[in-house]
Amino acid sequence: MPRTLFEKIWDAHVVHRRDDGLCLLYVDRHYFHEGSFHAFNMLRARGLKVRRPDLSFGFGDHYAPTRARDTAAIADPEIRGIIQTFESNARAAGIRAFELADAQQGIVHVAGPELGLTLPGMTVVCGDSHTSSHGALGALAFGIGASEVAHVFATQTIWQSMPRQIRVTFDGALPQGASAKDMALALIAEIGTGGALGGAIEFAGAAVRALSVEGRLTLCNMAIEAGARTGMVAPDAVTQAWLAGRPFATPVDIAGLRSDDDAAFAAEVRLDAGRIGPMATWGTSPEEAVPLSARVPKPEEAPDEARRRAWRRSLEYMGLQGGERLADVKVDRVFLGSCTNARLEDLRAAASVLKGRRIAVPMLVSPGSSGVKRAAEAEGLDRIFTEAGASWEESACSLCVSMNGDSVGEGERCASTSNRNFVGRQGRGARTHLVSPASAAAAAVTGRLVSAESV
Amino acid sequence: MPEPFVNLTAVAAPLEMSNVDTDQILPARYLRRPRDERYATYGFHDLRFTPEGAKRDDFLLNRAPFDRAAILVAQRNFGVGSSREAAVYALLAMGVRCVVAESFGDIFFNNSLKNGLLPVRLPEAACADLRAQLLARPGADISVDLEAGTLTAPDGTVHGFAIPPFARDCLLRGLDEIGLTMTLMHEIEAFEAMRSGQTG
Ligand code: SF4
Repeated sequence: MPRTLFEKIWDAHVVHRRDDGLCLLYVDRHYFHEGSFHAFNMLRARGLKVRRPDLSFGFGDHYAPTRARDTAAIADPEIRGIIQTFESNARAAGIRAFELADAQQGIVHVAGPELGLTLPGMTVVCGDSHTSSHGALGALAFGIGASEVAHVFATQTIWQSMPRQIRVTFDGALPQGASAKDMALALIAEIGTGGALGGAIEFAGAAVRALSVEGRLTLCNMAIEAGARTGMVAPDAVTQAWLAGRPFATPVDIAGLRSDDDAAFAAEVRLDAGRIGPMATWGTSPEEAVPLSARVPKPEEAPDEARRRAWRRSLEYMGLQGGERLADVKVDRVFLGSCTNARLEDLRAAASVLKGRRIAVPMLVSPGSSGVKRAAEAEGLDRIFTEAGASWEESACSLCVSMNGDSVGEGERCASTSNRNFVGRQGRGARTHLVSPASAAAAAVTGRLVSAESV
Repeated sequence: MPEPFVNLTAVAAPLEMSNVDTDQILPARYLRRPRDERYATYGFHDLRFTPEGAKRDDFLLNRAPFDRAAILVAQRNFGVGSSREAAVYALLAMGVRCVVAESFGDIFFNNSLKNGLLPVRLPEAACADLRAQLLARPGADISVDLEAGTLTAPDGTVHGFAIPPFARDCLLRGLDEIGLTMTLMHEIEAFEAMRSGQTG
């Protein structure tokens, strides 16, 4: 029977299969962050121990302050407390956790792959929806809830039903100026936030093969925003070269890690990468995205009544009329960060736009990991950012989710490289426009939603 | 341990919203809080309260009889976004035991089942009809029977729904998966032994 890449990895991890098809899968790699306190509490309530502390790794990221690395110095007692709880839970369980001051700290979906902790063929879970990112390395990776985190801690396994398989093929070559983020936004605009609901996406095609591992991580990161449980890319020579020499990486034979030629997919989506340009969201759902060169749609143009109402609500929240050119929409601030777009390649793309220019609105840069920060400083990117007037800070989830004390003000408009433009995501009443790193830099320079080309 | 879910007859509220993400169900700033009764006020917080803390009358769940609703009927993609299980804790704390929608965010669906909150998927037309009935007759009850897999509308129409069998068993009996998986520990150990044999 020909099988998909997903099915091959799945089959290799089945510990127990029930008659109804539900499978108990072995978990090779488990990541957790500060939100894990619920799961640790559940373990304690049942008197259970972490069964395989050697297979779990913790990263302090969601509450990590953007401007300091000293836990004891955090002013907000709740934030300080949750970071301390994370650190003490990990220590008590004998788990390696990359704490705030650790040189290898970072956002779990940036630092994990970068340290070589995620490898092709692995099953990877984390109590965080963007765990799909790790599929970029050819792993089967998905987000889970707190009860499931407790289950993984206690048993090193997880119950899963086989999701439907969806192949998304990007044919052709991405034009100059467009990036993996634009591919992701173009896809979600096309199929909707429910387009891949409950499914597993395999990204394929020439434009995906041509992406660096960083770009593939961005693409798989956003798979969840199309409703998918995970996204993945078959590992290849690019993957192998990227993993070589990373601290925790061990050699993997990737020969069989691809979908068989006649493997069956429940759905196929094809996009022409050659037609994808820089994108931006205008509303409060990632599917509400259009090219930066376009206009904000009007509710009358919605395909159905439900969406007409949703669009109206989005426009009202976003303080837009509908019909205006995105290039005329003024932003108040810019965020370059998050597990979607704060890797070295992303920082380089933004820096190349900022070089020799001054920003018109405040811009916060938070590298995806402390390792990315050092690498960027080694090549002088920090100087480009600071000379342009941007704030160059520490690695944290920061304005992606606004849990660490950073937030966008009520009614303020932010061009952001993160992944969710939900109502209130960056702060109560905050208005988020999702864009690529290059477009974020262009927005910082002009104070408007424009592409890097027009700067 | 989750509370068992067998059947429920309760006031239901129509939510004319699609893509209700878990950030809206539970704003991120409450995620650091331990699970306790305060989750009842965190649920849908920014829709229910103004920045000054006043109740917003324009939000349906703030108005009688819908403030007593134990069942919500929404549109498509309920619970998308963040994996935060605490969104389910907030709904439960508000007294919600069942959400009916055309589709659910994948992780939210699983999180609900593990905590005794029943997510019921029904076709678009059925959801729309339920919401119309609930608006026309505020305070009307919906009945849900998990054993039979049926939901009865205020007008008596019966809709069938499906819940994955393993999750359904756990819900009906109030069991949690960890205990059940522990009984398979010998298979987990055998799997590990097999794998270390392969690599070693
Ligand atoms: S950067 Fe944002 S999406 Fe990524 S892990 Fe942090 S909060 Fe989640």
